[in-house]
Amino acid sequence: MEIIVALGIGVLTGSGVWLLLRPRTFQVIIGLSLLSYAVNLFIFSTGGLRTAAAPVLERGVPGDLAVQADPVPQALVLTAIVIGFATTALFLVLLLAARGLTGTDHVDGKEQQR
Amino acid sequence: MSDWMDHLTIAPIVVPLLAGTLLLLIDDRRRTLKATLAVGSALAMVALAVLLLLMADGTVGGEAGNAGVVRIYRLGDWPSLFGIVLVLDRLAALMVLLTSVLGLAALVFSLAHWQRVGPFFHSLFQFQLMGLNGAFLTGDLFNLFVFFEVMLAASYGLALYGSGIARVRAGLHYVAINLVASLLFLIGVSMIYGLAGTLNMADLATRIAGLRPEDRALVEAGAAILGVAFLVKAGMWPLGFWLPTTYAAAGTASAAIISILSKVGIYAVLRLWLLLFGEGAGDSAGFGGTWLLIGGLLTIAFGSMAVLATQNMARLAGASILVSSGTLLAAIGVGQVEVTGGALFYLTGSVLAVSAFFLLIELVERGREVGADVLAVTREAFGEAEEPTDDGEIGTPIPATMAILGISFLACALLLAGLPPLPGFLAKFAMLAPLLNASGAMPATSWALFAALILSGLATVVAMTRAGIDVFWASPGSEVPRVQVTEIVPIGLLLGLCVVMTIEAGTVMRFMEATAQSLHGAQEYVRSVVPPSKASGMTGGGAP
Repeated sequence: MEIIVALGIGVLTGSGVWLLLRPRTFQVIIGLSLLSYAVNLFIFSTGGLRTAAAPVLERGVPGDLAVQADPVPQALVLTAIVIGFATTALFLVLLLAARGLTGTDHVDGKEQQR
Repeated sequence: MSDWMDHLTIAPIVVPLLAGTLLLLIDDRRRTLKATLAVGSALAMVALAVLLLLMADGTVGGEAGNAGVVRIYRLGDWPSLFGIVLVLDRLAALMVLLTSVLGLAALVFSLAHWQRVGPFFHSLFQFQLMGLNGAFLTGDLFNLFVFFEVMLAASYGLALYGSGIARVRAGLHYVAINLVASLLFLIGVSMIYGLAGTLNMADLATRIAGLRPEDRALVEAGAAILGVAFLVKAGMWPLGFWLPTTYAAAGTASAAIISILSKVGIYAVLRLWLLLFGEGAGDSAGFGGTWLLIGGLLTIAFGSMAVLATQNMARLAGASILVSSGTLLAAIGVGQVEVTGGALFYLTGSVLAVSAFFLLIELVERGREVGADVLAVTREAFGEAEEPTDDGEIGTPIPATMAILGISFLACALLLAGLPPLPGFLAKFAMLAPLLNASGAMPATSWALFAALILSGLATVVAMTRAGIDVFWASPGSEVPRVQVTEIVPIGLLLGLCVVMTIEAGTVMRFMEATAQSLHGAQEYVRSVVPPSKASGMTGGGAP
């Protein structure tokens, strides 16, 4: 399971970084989204990967990290998802504004001279 | 101490939050009401910040002492290691005071016309102040991330405020770079949590020394990634190319307040580096100090070249932010208490000066036909919006405008270049003197810092002189700019504070020294947040 998660994070990060360095604004925003998925998975995995372990305590059973999943990374990842979503939406608006004002989707607002 | 005073710690976050929300609900046409509310909130924050500063220094509502008072505010009254805490110490109080003073100045300046350029200016401005105050007050790494995002989201709005091609183009880069920096921030925070098992800064400081050797390298890597996220904000050399462009493109009132954003990065480095990798950190003590010093020196070099190379005054201001960031990083990287004290003095002076300079640039450029480049962009962007629409010019143009502008410009130049008698010089002196007085031979890095500070001052003098001659002497044909009282008063306020800092230099310096002392020996901070029993018998390990 660790291998699959690690590979998943790695592929997402790699594609994200590559797209981020492309000259079109749409590629940049997709790159940012992929990177934020990779980071969210990374945060989730820092609590330790485990199947069938709930992050909530049961009545009468003392809390133990050997039996339960660590709830803090799950709370963090939730916050990170919400914030990442909001900022990506903001970037999307900016992207459209830049397209409308400059008439090109190049990140510098003008096409490169060839 | 009374009960209500405990709650004052969270007030700098709650007041702008409420004011900003209220301002959202009020129609944009009721301008006087909105302006009154916004200025009222800003004034309340200045009063609060002064009170908090006195409380943190131990003058009001606490036992006086050189140690100062570290106040904890536990949200929801959870025990401090389970819940989220706000921590008020001298450094946090100082930064909150700086923010509120800049906020008041920029807000009063915006009343003349910036508030009319687009919708929701006042709400964005209040949320900006909220994010800044929150970032300074929080005692928890993840909360720091959340407040960084609040602050950045508001700054995206303010940087783009007024729209136009130049702003959107610069804003696109600014937002993209900061989104990536936020992702790095998250990676750093989660790595540290995964290995040390806590997000509370003080608790983290107690655990660094007891880390298992195999975890130590990973925690240091996490801290370094976190550091990169902060240094992007601070504009350290290879990470700061976005800074002058963005700040030059932003509207005047926006630029004046977001100019403190680079100092938030400096604050985070100062706070976390000294807390986590101070003397009590065992094998990790001093981790990354050399990087800060060298990075700071390179930033000073790059900033000085940018200062000399630029023709545009707004970019000049942006480049001088780079110089001040570099100076601060290098001074922090030296890692001596006295140098840090001088750096804090420098930080206060340079934040006030750069902000005043941003405000001044608009007034000066207004009268120039030659310098119409910046104005042309603005006009093109706003169309007719820049013309006063309904209530005309508020107040009358004041006499002797050129003289007042000239004196203000001179003061800014002295402050930025670090020439006597203003605080820029005192601060550089305070940073350099301990290096000279140190016993034994001075290391090469100290000489490098010495040379960098002097040479960057020279570069700034040259650039400012050139800009000043261009504006005040070499253009006899240009008209005297129409300047309103509400526009010159904020500049006077900021520069006046610098003069006060010079006159009261002894008192201010004592405060800065005490702040530096408590930052370097962070026991007081840690003891206030972490219960003593926990701090002595550390659990070590961390998460399973």
